[in-house]
Amino acid sequence: MMTRYRGRGWIAFVAFALALLVAVPAAALLFPAGSPLHLSEYWVSLAGKIVCYAIVALAMDLVWGYAGILSLGHGLFFALGGYAMGMYLMRQIGTDGVYHSPLPDFMVFLDWKSFPWQWWGSEHFLWALVLAVAAPGLLAYVFGWFAFRSRIKGVYFSIITQALTYAAMLLFFRNETGFGGNNGFTDFKRILGIPIATPGMRVALFMLSAATLLGTLLLGRWLVTSKFGRVLSAIRDAEQRVMFCGYNTAHYKLFVWTLSAVLCGLAGALYVPQVGIINPSEMSPANSIEIAIWVAVGGRGTLAGAVVGAAAVNGAKSFFTQAFPEVWLYFLGLLFILVTLFMPRGVMGLLTREKPA
Amino acid sequence: MSDASLGHIAAQQLDATHGVVLYLQDISVSFDGFKALNALSLAIDDGELRCVIGPNGAGKTTMMDVITGKTQPDAGSVYFGQTIDLTRLSEAEIAQAGIGRKFQKPTIFEQHTVFENLELAMKADKRVRRTLFARLSSEERDRIAAMIGRIGLAGTADRVAGLLSHGQKQWLEIGMLLMQEPRLLLLDEPVAGMSDDETERTAELFLSLAGSHSLVVVEHDMAFIARIARKVTVLHEGGVLAEGPYEQVQNDPRVIEVYLGR
Repeated sequence: MMTRYRGRGWIAFVAFALALLVAVPAAALLFPAGSPLHLSEYWVSLAGKIVCYAIVALAMDLVWGYAGILSLGHGLFFALGGYAMGMYLMRQIGTDGVYHSPLPDFMVFLDWKSFPWQWWGSEHFLWALVLAVAAPGLLAYVFGWFAFRSRIKGVYFSIITQALTYAAMLLFFRNETGFGGNNGFTDFKRILGIPIATPGMRVALFMLSAATLLGTLLLGRWLVTSKFGRVLSAIRDAEQRVMFCGYNTAHYKLFVWTLSAVLCGLAGALYVPQVGIINPSEMSPANSIEIAIWVAVGGRGTLAGAVVGAAAVNGAKSFFTQAFPEVWLYFLGLLFILVTLFMPRGVMGLLTREKPA
Repeated sequence: MSDASLGHIAAQQLDATHGVVLYLQDISVSFDGFKALNALSLAIDDGELRCVIGPNGAGKTTMMDVITGKTQPDAGSVYFGQTIDLTRLSEAEIAQAGIGRKFQKPTIFEQHTVFENLELAMKADKRVRRTLFARLSSEERDRIAAMIGRIGLAGTADRVAGLLSHGQKQWLEIGMLLMQEPRLLLLDEPVAGMSDDETERTAELFLSLAGSHSLVVVEHDMAFIARIARKVTVLHEGGVLAEGPYEQVQNDPRVIEVYLGR
């Protein structure tokens, strides 16, 4: 009943893994520029971005597709992970900034003499990684604890998550909060002491993101095919019956909700070194809504659909925003309406006859 | 996350030494001034099969909501056995303590298979951590298979539950209750939508459960009540109007006036 990856599913997974971990690196590094098989830096970084988005889409599918919790604030968890990694990259700039100070330029500009409390230890790569998963995880846990205990559900929950990411965006926009204001963090030069904008580093970051995506797919599949996954989709379909079966549904929702936020944080930490910037616009309400659209387009409750949806919508986005920048938002809106009306099970619904979980 | 935060429920043993499994005393519930239950008192014996009847709005469903923790009473006490105060427990804790409830409208997991429905209901450690790593033992598979046979759904184990007929869904829900191994079953209109044959088999099942389980059956189908009834409680306007053997209640002029006569 759960999406069962029978033989065909595993073949698709292995093909996908080979494409990400072998074909892309080979095309980018082994074939010289000018060769028809060469993959330019533009395409590698676009693919890297989409891989990070696909991790976010998977995280969203776990809470929305399986547990029935529609979050319209997942961009916040993604951005928090991105900021944690971003500050580490700021400190890697060292004294090579405009002001040649060990402090990041925006702090020198504000005449700050030391780092604010939240950036303690941010010069350490491992601490930045811990922060990238712990900050979104902790926020999600505390928020979820109150929301699920108070039995806030459905559209009310969605609206509160939307407000949460909006409030965080306003907070991060302010200069005095120590997040770099509306410019955020950018102009990164190195990661782990290695120059960041080289073809080799781009491919390395891409492969790391791809491995994380594949790991997230396997983790997600293990979760949804376990008894835990069956309880989650039962909560989505008939929460009261689940409670009367003796399950404390709030704990189930809190677990998957927090896990989802952690995955988003990880995706954000992988995303920022590849795109070279993180700023509060990542927390804008529209960004979080877009995440839900990826999953709806790909097909909820299928995992693979989340990856397909993230790739399809973002592929279309990078085409449309270049070719017809003014129609992109109309196209996105139209896509959402058409999918909702005619493809309730998304692209995966067209590809398979299997019922969603 | 600690053990305690993830759904640890203190195992309380049911103490039915005085022969009473459920005890409601002076329960009152009001919604916006409307008294759904008005000082209702009721005691269910261990192993008893009790039928509860009453006109619409008499408070039958509200009574079940209070027992199962869905609704907090404004006043009064609800005890399961001698020691377990149900007003202090959540729905999940009450279910774990040994009370199963069947809803008026069959409530099953429509997108799961029959087998999975029974698996999820089966008595087990239902904390998150345990559920993540839970594996069915062959003994548990046998128990589920036996239940599928017992509720007349043989051959449907892998069928999606949403595709079952209305009567089959009712039976599946009853099967789910039994998988929880409850001491007390609350059954809200269990034979609604069943064929005569299914109704008869339900009556036989309930009669066979009485003794080892306590059952509270709310029904409108008087033929069904007559078939299974021993002691009947008549609710009216949130309180007990009459209580006693079926024949006695049936001939009670007050009962005839508010309910049977209409």
